[in-house]
Amino acid sequence: MTFWQDPYAAAVEWLRNLLIGWGLTVEAAQLILYLAGGIVLAGGSLALVIFLIWAERKIIGRVQDRLGPNRVGPWGIFQTFADILKIFTKEYITPNGVDRVPYNLAPVLAVAAVIMIWAVVPFTVTLYGADLSVGLIYVMAVGAIGEMGIVMAGWGSNNKFALLGAFRAVAQMVSYEIPMVIALLIPVMMAGSLSLGAITASQAVWNILIAPLAALIFFITSVAEVGRAPFDLVEAESELVAGFNIEYSGLKFGFFFVGDFLHAFTIAMLFTVFFLGGWRGPFVDQVPILGAVYFFIKTSLVYLVNILMRAALPRFRIDQMMDFNWKYLTPLSLSVLVVTALADKLTLGLSAWVRIPVFLGLNGLLFLAASVMVNRRAINRPRAEVVSRPRPLARPETAVQPETNGGVS
Amino acid sequence: MIPLSWYLILAALLFCIGLFGVLARKNSVAVLMSVELMLNAVNINLLAFWRYLYLTSTAYNGFVFVVVLFAVAAAETAVGLAIIISAYRSRKTVAAEDFTALQG
Amino acid sequence: MSTAQILFLIFSAVVVAAAVMVVLSRRIMRAALWLVLALFGVALIFALLDASFFAVVQVLVYVGAIATLLIFAIMLTRGVMDDSKAQLNRGWPFALLVCLGLFGGLVYILSQWNRFNSAAPALPQDAYDLTLFGLALTSPDGYLVAFEAASVLLLAAMVGAIYLALEKRGN
Repeated sequence: MTFWQDPYAAAVEWLRNLLIGWGLTVEAAQLILYLAGGIVLAGGSLALVIFLIWAERKIIGRVQDRLGPNRVGPWGIFQTFADILKIFTKEYITPNGVDRVPYNLAPVLAVAAVIMIWAVVPFTVTLYGADLSVGLIYVMAVGAIGEMGIVMAGWGSNNKFALLGAFRAVAQMVSYEIPMVIALLIPVMMAGSLSLGAITASQAVWNILIAPLAALIFFITSVAEVGRAPFDLVEAESELVAGFNIEYSGLKFGFFFVGDFLHAFTIAMLFTVFFLGGWRGPFVDQVPILGAVYFFIKTSLVYLVNILMRAALPRFRIDQMMDFNWKYLTPLSLSVLVVTALADKLTLGLSAWVRIPVFLGLNGLLFLAASVMVNRRAINRPRAEVVSRPRPLARPETAVQPETNGGVS
Repeated sequence: MIPLSWYLILAALLFCIGLFGVLARKNSVAVLMSVELMLNAVNINLLAFWRYLYLTSTAYNGFVFVVVLFAVAAAETAVGLAIIISAYRSRKTVAAEDFTALQG
Repeated sequence: MSTAQILFLIFSAVVVAAAVMVVLSRRIMRAALWLVLALFGVALIFALLDASFFAVVQVLVYVGAIATLLIFAIMLTRGVMDDSKAQLNRGWPFALLVCLGLFGGLVYILSQWNRFNSAAPALPQDAYDLTLFGLALTSPDGYLVAFEAASVLLLAAMVGAIYLALEKRGN
């Protein structure tokens, strides 16, 4: 293994030998390497956000027939640095009546939860933080921590718009987690492992060819998890002013902002790992570092689709969002899982040239059936008046009054 | 090395704190939270017994108990919260002592 | 005192302190956040017991699902309980007495047991294979009945929860 083929492994080896040469024990050297790796990974991901924010603003600007940022530096590339400087100089406003600990902890959790996902993502064969045997569950569990951050922000702010945003966030994230996990069971089933490294290594044929519907479901639900358009009900400006982060200012707001962008990119990385073969590509066996290049090209493509979707689609209404999840995505993901498992069992041992058309055909049939059902229901069903009928929970004074005297006592 | 007794005492303590919450809290959501604490205490016990007394490479008895307990905890929360929300809707209260319709 | 012992003491102190705050805290939302901390602490205890799978599942199920559900219920029922008054029943001293008695009794009985202080055996190399565990859960020779019973329980709970929480249209 020479330096040019895998500079990362060579560098780690060199550093370890250097540390041991200085008289440290092997364990201490390993500990220092772990710490350094963590710092590099977290710092690198945050540095990436600076670029991501610029790219996204530029692309969305072009889609909307604007120039986008173009003043600071060539093509406006240093715009984000100017924004960071501005955000640093802002005052921290703590409104009256906030619950201080949750209020201040929430932005930290929002960013930390995203960076924690980076710890298990395999960038190349050798370049990863940790290859956990329960990697997928870890990713989902870390997502739960981010959810908790939003809830704390919404509750701690002592603001009804923030609380409404948190309500929506919890409802949306908890609901969309279900089809997401079910869709992710297909890559797990194909690899026979929950570890992200093993899932990547098992994809001699990319999973998107085996389970395109599962990939589609994962993509949609991941956009919903991040809370981007068309699923940005969490922070809908026109309805909730800004949602859960309304009371935040200065760097605390910046944390949410950074967390949002980084989360979108991170979820694109997960899509790459689960469905696009991660670091796999030509000549990767000889030159492992090429894997990182492939990985980032694929991730950027997925992220680009994400941005274009954000630019093109209007926002869902909340009942449409819930309907779409519970009446469409969840049953569809369950049937995809069952069908793929059966097809995998029946075509076991056949060559890939037979298996892939079978998988593709079955997925196409399922998609067709689902679309027909959805269209029929959409045509036949009279549209419910969602907005005009106040629910008892939304307006307690219109609900059924309790009996006086607490019943028969 | 940690002796088994430490885990058992921790679990007993957690269980008793949870029991106190169940017996003494007014808010029925808080009662549910205390029940979660008690279930967690049981989980600690089960995994400690698995690790210290029944550790073999083929028997997963302790694990299976914990899996079933996770399912029980999830089911208990879902149904419990549904009951609380339903009761809140009709009686406008979540205080456990106000649910007196079945009192003799 | 070894590293593992120090870690255990720290984690268990976190768990117990957070659990006490769950029970005693006046504001129900604070109690829920303390509960999240307590559940994290229990996950760390699981990790100390070499059950890292359950440590991760604990965070996923308890923090991701159960605590979120609880917080959702708290938000739905906000403002009904008066936070400024005591949150404990009138009879709480009796409850305290019962709990202290139970704890004393448990510790006393356990201390009579001859394996109370047993040390952990070394972890065998293959003791912890998730694939084998999955196969054991679903094989008829293994734990299929328990696994299916858990699934049926979850299904029943789901149906029951939907039925109970459903708004009755028309009244």
